[in-house]
Amino acid sequence: MLKSLVRLQSQLGNALSLSKVCPRGQQSRFTLKYSTAAAAERKKFYQDVSISQGDGGVYEINLDRRKLKTPGGKLFTVPNEALAIAVATEWDAQRDTLKFYSMHLTTLCNTALDNPTERNEDQMINAALKFLETDTVCYRVDEPYALVELQKNEWDPVLHWIENRYNVTIGSSSSILGPEIPEATKDTFRQHLKSFNFWSLTGLEYVITQLKSVVLSMGMIDRHLSVEQAVLLSRLEEEYQIRRWGNVEWAHDYDMYELRARTAAGALFVHLSSESSTVKRKLLQD
Amino acid sequence: MATLSSPLRVCRGILRELRAIQGPSYKKSLAYNYVLDQFRKNKVTGERYCRAQQEAHHDSHTYLCLLASTRNHLALHNLYHGKGERSPEEVAGLVGLRLPTQPGGKGWEK
Repeated sequence: MLKSLVRLQSQLGNALSLSKVCPRGQQSRFTLKYSTAAAAERKKFYQDVSISQGDGGVYEINLDRRKLKTPGGKLFTVPNEALAIAVATEWDAQRDTLKFYSMHLTTLCNTALDNPTERNEDQMINAALKFLETDTVCYRVDEPYALVELQKNEWDPVLHWIENRYNVTIGSSSSILGPEIPEATKDTFRQHLKSFNFWSLTGLEYVITQLKSVVLSMGMIDRHLSVEQAVLLSRLEEEYQIRRWGNVEWAHDYDMYELRARTAAGALFVHLSSESSTVKRKLLQD
Repeated sequence: MATLSSPLRVCRGILRELRAIQGPSYKKSLAYNYVLDQFRKNKVTGERYCRAQQEAHHDSHTYLCLLASTRNHLALHNLYHGKGERSPEEVAGLVGLRLPTQPGGKGWEK
């Protein structure tokens, strides 16, 4: 008994001296491994954030004296001042550590610049339109009655709006196969999306995957819906359950704010990087 | 058209968010000047029906939503998810339980 105690103590002593020898960096890396929150963060390594105009009229972000680069190693450039300022504000907002999961516009710019999935515009349009077949607002429930009514009252106006706006038929269904979307509808949307540039398509696809709905995304991009409305409609069933069973802040509110932030970032990204906003700014300067 | 709050309120909201992000020196920031500049420029066309103005209004509302939601999301993240793994005592406490005390220690019956 005494022997084993002595052995234990000597082991403990070893461990203690080991921690003294171990450099600090290695220890912290060790703890990083077990905390997912800390792993996604990096220490803030700059003080000042500024923007500058580079060759060809594109804007760059400067952290102190260094130019920001993408994860793929390219120079970080954005096509206009508004986007550059919004990205710079995100970097400026970071305190002791960099929270990349809160920098949605930066992330979107990186995706557009690096194009990690190496797709062209046609492939992106097809990927976006694939969501139309399983669009959130087209899938309805049969029961409970209150939710059926809620879906009808909230989703039908948007659905009718988009059908009139693009002169297409989409429809809704409560069967598991969903509604039959005519090929003409997809062609109309495909034609429309071809007018988007690569950056706007990146943003649009991001919004669609967040809201799980082409209808709601287009409604928001066309400025028929605000971000809050689009997110509410996207989470309609969840909101119904919350009203019935109560709200849990660390799950429901957490999800909602994250979805709102991501959706708003995507919508802003589409608007700022599309052609019309460039024209808009010129008009305003008159 | 989505019903949005008035441009003045949106403008104030954005400036308030910028202040929350950047602290007292927020008036020197790029974003502060840019936002104020944009809102002033849009005021000129105030009376006429102007599509560009409505677009700018919607965009500013979207930006306000982005700033406010990111702030709220981070606050909730730090409150509930930001601390990594919980200790056994904390986990037990979450569901209203307490870990048994050590034999021979405080609360141990002889």
